[in-house]
Amino acid sequence: MGQVVKDATLGEPRFKARGVDKHFGPVQALTKVDLDLYAGQVTALCGDNGAGKSVLTKCIAGIYEIDHGQFFWEGNPVHIRTPRDAAKLGIETVYQDLALADNLDIVQNMFLGREELRNGLLNEDDMERAASKTLADLRVTTVRSIRQPVASLSGGQRQSVAVAKAVMWNSKLVMLDEPTAALGVVQTKQVLDLVRRLRDRGLAVMVISHNLNDVFEVADRIAVLHLGRMATQGRASDYDRQTVVDYMTTGASGRAGQPTGGDGAKSGAR
Amino acid sequence: MVRAEAPEQAPDPTAAVQAAAIEVPPELVAQSLGEWLRAWLTRIRSGDSGVLPVILALLIITIVFQAISPNHVFLSAGNLVNLFQQSAYFMVLAMGELFVILLGEIDLSIAYAGGVGAAVTVQLVQPATTRWPWWAAVIAGLLVCAVIGALQGTLITRLRLSSLIVTLAGLLIWQGAMLIILGLAFSGYPSLAGLDSNRQVLYNLMNGTIDPVVSWIGAGVIVIAIAALLWFGDSRRRRSGLVAPPVSLTIIKIALIALIATAVVAICNVNRAAFGTQAGVPWVIPIVLGIFFAWMMLLQRTKFGRYVYAIGGNPEAARRAGINLAGVRTLCFIICSFTAGVGLLLYASYLGGMSGNINGGQLVLYAIASVVLAGTSLFGGRGRVIHGILGGLVIGGIYNGMGLLGLDVRWQFIVTGLVLLVAITIDSLSRRSATSGSAARV
Repeated sequence: MGQVVKDATLGEPRFKARGVDKHFGPVQALTKVDLDLYAGQVTALCGDNGAGKSVLTKCIAGIYEIDHGQFFWEGNPVHIRTPRDAAKLGIETVYQDLALADNLDIVQNMFLGREELRNGLLNEDDMERAASKTLADLRVTTVRSIRQPVASLSGGQRQSVAVAKAVMWNSKLVMLDEPTAALGVVQTKQVLDLVRRLRDRGLAVMVISHNLNDVFEVADRIAVLHLGRMATQGRASDYDRQTVVDYMTTGASGRAGQPTGGDGAKSGAR
Repeated sequence: MVRAEAPEQAPDPTAAVQAAAIEVPPELVAQSLGEWLRAWLTRIRSGDSGVLPVILALLIITIVFQAISPNHVFLSAGNLVNLFQQSAYFMVLAMGELFVILLGEIDLSIAYAGGVGAAVTVQLVQPATTRWPWWAAVIAGLLVCAVIGALQGTLITRLRLSSLIVTLAGLLIWQGAMLIILGLAFSGYPSLAGLDSNRQVLYNLMNGTIDPVVSWIGAGVIVIAIAALLWFGDSRRRRSGLVAPPVSLTIIKIALIALIATAVVAICNVNRAAFGTQAGVPWVIPIVLGIFFAWMMLLQRTKFGRYVYAIGGNPEAARRAGINLAGVRTLCFIICSFTAGVGLLLYASYLGGMSGNINGGQLVLYAIASVVLAGTSLFGGRGRVIHGILGGLVIGGIYNGMGLLGLDVRWQFIVTGLVLLVAITIDSLSRRSATSGSAARV
């Protein structure tokens, strides 16, 4: 159950979860979940409401501690107990509410909690340069001034700032929670382009999404949770929209077009 | 299964740029003074006017009171110096209150928390009893204030009690404590009037003046220092291609500061005594400027200040950024009470002794009204130390003008209430228009 076949062409996953259990009181939120996240690949984590997507993300981010199972970072077993542990490994999370302070400007938000100092005072010049460079590298060029308050940004720009904030710290795995929810068509495209650029920079990217359009638009790999169990995971090209919906709703797929083995995905729910 | 490289991102929709043009502070994008002025006017028309309303309020107060005060005495040098002195403790209280208001909290106890500190200081320098040197007594009084702030801040942050309720209780408790301290060992209230030089220092905090020549030299040094900081800071940022205001704007800022300093020193150096000479800048002006500069540096240039704004803007973002929320919040309450201690010490100096009859309810409302009038938001996250200075001047002006007109305490109560009401209405309305603006953008 939940066995994952390694994707031979990609080598060792940057992050592995094996047999992860998590319960809250009597509620079993995750049961023996396995997950592989590869460098330079966008993995879409799908699942219906209550499937355990958020719980799994928060376990990896160190907000919840897992009950059983093991995480592996670049092949080595690791313990992630606090957000600090996750940050130390290079794991950053962009939550759906973005956690930006509207009254602070872009630079101040990107460096919040990790300000650079010179003689005990804030080193605004260096921070502004670094933030500016990160945004330019990610080709986030639509903001008018890097010193404008975040309150004045559009939804897509805010998402871009939140992502830039996450990748500025030499992060190696970035998890994005519903990055395109509540965005318009143009802004969704901007954000998905940004996700591709993260992948092209060699980061492991995990995108949590309900939106199958976005999933098939951007994902290299797909993982589907169903009622706290990993129903399937594998290359995006091995799935079509209908099989993913089947896995999300029933935990299995009996249709043609489902993964056919090889180093692709296997259904682990039955 | 490598995907084709995504096409270059689409150009930004122009609509978004236009929407942003209204919101972005003009100094960020303007390349020339003309551009800056145009952007500034656009921003004022869209409802975000910065400190403009408070400057207008100051002008109106000046014109009205000059017109209706007996013998048009409002703008006389003697009255203006008196106005600076009266405003000084409003300013200091307001600059302290700012720290908790930036968090979206409130401290109603400042006048009596500060009053306890001032009472301790004044009692300790009494020659008949303890005879502490003035500096030790001041430190002791301010320490007591800091402890009061720490107590209240701990209750509010660790036990998650409402700051409104905790400090409302504090308002009563510290008033009682202040009266007890003032009643110790004396039949009357302890005075700062006396010939001993120790008490004289405290009396001079508000009433002493600096020699006119020294006043000019001091003002010159301060203006040159500020000008150098502004000029080199801005030109360094311009050279390295960072966001910086146009050169002309830097020059205008410097000129404005020089003008204000010259005006203040010139006014203070006029002989304002009926008999003999009394001229020079009151000590209290550099004291207030010192607090202003220290707290401005703390809020604008340190991690702590950044975190205060972050917590006021979005506590959840601050928590996720690993900021110690309880620590920062508690420190804000400590700074608030500590600054209030300075304010009440100035008040005691102004009165020439510590009185049990200080109107603490009125003082705290004046302090809150000062910052809110000048543009600080009671909802947290928005406000600057300069708001305490400008707002304190407005409140001091109203207070002083009513005194000149011979309006008694009944009218002062009514006007205090009305001023606070106006300030909070402006704050709420501007917040509403700001949120409706962002709702339209999304």
